[in-house]
Amino acid sequence: MSESSILQRASLGAWLEAMGRAGQRVLAPVREADRVVFATPSAPDQIATGFVQTPASAKAVVFPPYDEMLRFRANGEDVHVEEPSIAAEPTVLFGVRPCDAASFATLRAVFTWDSPDAWFEARMASLTVISVSCTQCDEYCFCTSVGGGPGSTQGSDILLTPLDDRRWLAEVLTEKGQAAAALAPQLFAPANGEAANKEKVLAHVPVRFEAKEFAQWLPSLFDRTDVWKEQSLRCLGCGACAFVCPTCSCFDIQDERVRDQGTRLRCWDSCGFRLFTLHASGHNPRHVQSERWRQRVMHKFSYQPERLGVTGCVGCGRCSRACPVDMNLGEHVRMLSEMSV
Amino acid sequence: MTTFATAPSASQRRNLYTPHKMRIVKATDEAPAVRTFQLQFVDAEVAARFSFQAGQFGEYSVYGEGESTFCIASSPTRKGYIECTFRQAGRVTSALADRQEGDIIGFRGPYGNTFPVEHWEGKKILFIAGGIALPPVRCVIWNVLDLRDRYQDVSIIYGARTVADLVYKHELADWDQRSDVNLWVTVDPGGQTPEWTGKVGFVPAIVEEVKPRPADTIAVLCGPPIMIKLTLPVLAKLGFAPEQIYTTLENRMKCGVGKCGRCNVGKLFVCKDGPVFTLAQLNELPPEY
Amino acid sequence: MELLRDKAKSLLTGGAVQVVIGYAAGSATDRFRPHFARSADDADRLIFGEGCRQNLAVYLLKPEVRAMGKAAVVGGPTTLRTLLQYAVENQIADGLVVALALEDGRVEELTSFAAVEEYLAQRPHGLSDGDRAELEQHAARSQKDRWAYWSAELARCIRCYACRAACPLCYCEQCITENNQPQWVPVASDAFGNLEWNVVRAMHLAGRCVNCGSCAAACPENIRIDLLNQVLAQEAMTQFGAEAGYSVRKEYALSVFKPDDKETFIR
Repeated sequence: MSESSILQRASLGAWLEAMGRAGQRVLAPVREADRVVFATPSAPDQIATGFVQTPASAKAVVFPPYDEMLRFRANGEDVHVEEPSIAAEPTVLFGVRPCDAASFATLRAVFTWDSPDAWFEARMASLTVISVSCTQCDEYCFCTSVGGGPGSTQGSDILLTPLDDRRWLAEVLTEKGQAAAALAPQLFAPANGEAANKEKVLAHVPVRFEAKEFAQWLPSLFDRTDVWKEQSLRCLGCGACAFVCPTCSCFDIQDERVRDQGTRLRCWDSCGFRLFTLHASGHNPRHVQSERWRQRVMHKFSYQPERLGVTGCVGCGRCSRACPVDMNLGEHVRMLSEMSV
Repeated sequence: MTTFATAPSASQRRNLYTPHKMRIVKATDEAPAVRTFQLQFVDAEVAARFSFQAGQFGEYSVYGEGESTFCIASSPTRKGYIECTFRQAGRVTSALADRQEGDIIGFRGPYGNTFPVEHWEGKKILFIAGGIALPPVRCVIWNVLDLRDRYQDVSIIYGARTVADLVYKHELADWDQRSDVNLWVTVDPGGQTPEWTGKVGFVPAIVEEVKPRPADTIAVLCGPPIMIKLTLPVLAKLGFAPEQIYTTLENRMKCGVGKCGRCNVGKLFVCKDGPVFTLAQLNELPPEY
Repeated sequence: MELLRDKAKSLLTGGAVQVVIGYAAGSATDRFRPHFARSADDADRLIFGEGCRQNLAVYLLKPEVRAMGKAAVVGGPTTLRTLLQYAVENQIADGLVVALALEDGRVEELTSFAAVEEYLAQRPHGLSDGDRAELEQHAARSQKDRWAYWSAELARCIRCYACRAACPLCYCEQCITENNQPQWVPVASDAFGNLEWNVVRAMHLAGRCVNCGSCAAACPENIRIDLLNQVLAQEAMTQFGAEAGYSVRKEYALSVFKPDDKETFIR
């Protein structure tokens, strides 16, 4: 399926326009004040460059911070219930990193296993992921420790690699990718062996640990309370890490009502919050922060891989950049992995 | 552009979060702050297709307040209705406690795994429960009693803090009358009334007194954490193996279908891989329940 | 740094405190992280710099840290003000916390609330020029403009509650957002709910905020909530003469009633 070609960076405008004409909403990293966020660029030069990673992930495209699942209103003694249409706006997510592209597999595993979530499936079906390989990384990145890489094609429909400041190598990987390229086929030229140059431009992301090995014996560290306490001592118990994370998918279900009408919402939540496992009786299976920190690590690096066969972490580093007290997940996990020796 | 439309009938439904409408056909006050609802599906088609097995639970809705997780407290051998018993403890249960016969609430389910009653045929069954934890066991008590000749001895040890706190008082009286059920009901020391003729003592102490024998026996145990903690050593001392002891966990749950993450314990989801577990299985799990 | 490290070591080895809460080098050159020094070796990692923005007093009320014993905490004026505000609010007892006040490379050890009060009284207090200019600029905007600004900014809030977690004065064991009978503040991060949350928090901090800026530093969306808190802090000052953290006098503007209160509705 994978075919390589060359796309001139100057052609991006024409390609985006073709996508627009084909009814696609385009979301790309765009500078807004002092931040880079995912938004619809009004022109190709609005797409941000020269940054390692956006502060927030793009998961809101398929898993929004809050989502109306039902509406209801009292109807005499009865209740009238309405559901939202299961449809999604065709969207091209342009300019995400390979780690972000890989994260959709994790979200998909959660939302489609056992009982498929029809909205999620509709959103994924309508989403085309066009990623850009990483030519730079920072001290927070660790994709290469969790089965990913700065030029990994996992999860992308098209992967673009900047060979120089004029040209991208375009790897068209899926049918959706082919459809996207076919919107403006004249923009793509044969690769002529340039694919061999891909490796040369990629960032070097040092491997800090080996996730698959680590997943095997991480559960044996469960009872090392001393370690979990020490690592989490500075953790403040906020939800910043979970909310900027592309693979965190835990949610709350909340009803909001005004008089006799209301809505049932799904809202982002975090296992780091005290309330997450709190019973109405007051009993809390994870009543101290060290236990909640342990759950975060265990879930991402052991439970989720074992149960759903997907990594719980793509090594994007956002949690560590966002954390108010510099809880560096890659660093903590490396420390844990070194305890095996 | 998202539009909203009337929820389609159950057979066409794709939204796994839309509850079925249930009418409260009977409401009983069991104990202070404890109520039982007998519920019937409003939609006859759903009622006809619905089935469940003992041990499964549901998410019960008050539209506008939220959902609460309770086991289905009635037996699958009784058709045409389901029952739930709950204690008023928080926002949703307080709203539920205000509902009356004839009112409509929501129900999603059945979720979770089941007590393997078919595998228990031919064995003796010992039920041990405390307080508000009798409802999750009651479904399987009635399942066994409704198929009585498939099982050997059936014994029930049940206790609550006080006489008033005992749930299913009428059923306890019925079980007491039956010659094919051995029943011990107890209240905590100080919880008895002058008229009380049952036992006085904590459930673990009564279990020790009764001295159930493990041979060919399945024990179903459910109660507040402290009761479980103190009863397990008694059963171990009597020779019960972890594979013979079943319990049902009550974790904080929301979605019921293994997605929201709340009930994740180790690599399992209590809503999918439980809530019914043997002690042997629980011993493999991190103690986060 | 040597002075700080030596001071920390002497406090620890002498048994005066069991933990020195300071900063250590973080993941990157411009990043610092809270550090809990419990030994002389630990104390060698203590540093301080421009990027040390998280108010360390927040850890004094954490059970995990309280369990360690007597603590010393490193910081500047806003950390010291937090200690006095904790005193006003009965959160810490006098003499159980040592403040290590840092200024121009010097370390001053303050072992009582009185000492902290005196230290702060000897130094200029009030807003920095930059803060003052920002507040004036904000006040100069029309109400319509200010409403538009805050509506837009707060719409971006994702309700991660990093601001609350980072703020030393947000120490309620059960936050108002965690109450669901009734659900005072809706859970979902829609624009209106966000406004409710941030305004409620600002109101709960009015007259208590010490302007440490930890909230804004913590916010992953870079929302200037510190500015909102400062606006209310100024209001509390102007209307009631209330200014947090300079005295242990137990008088909190919003919970004290005087018969000559200027509000007539209350009479």
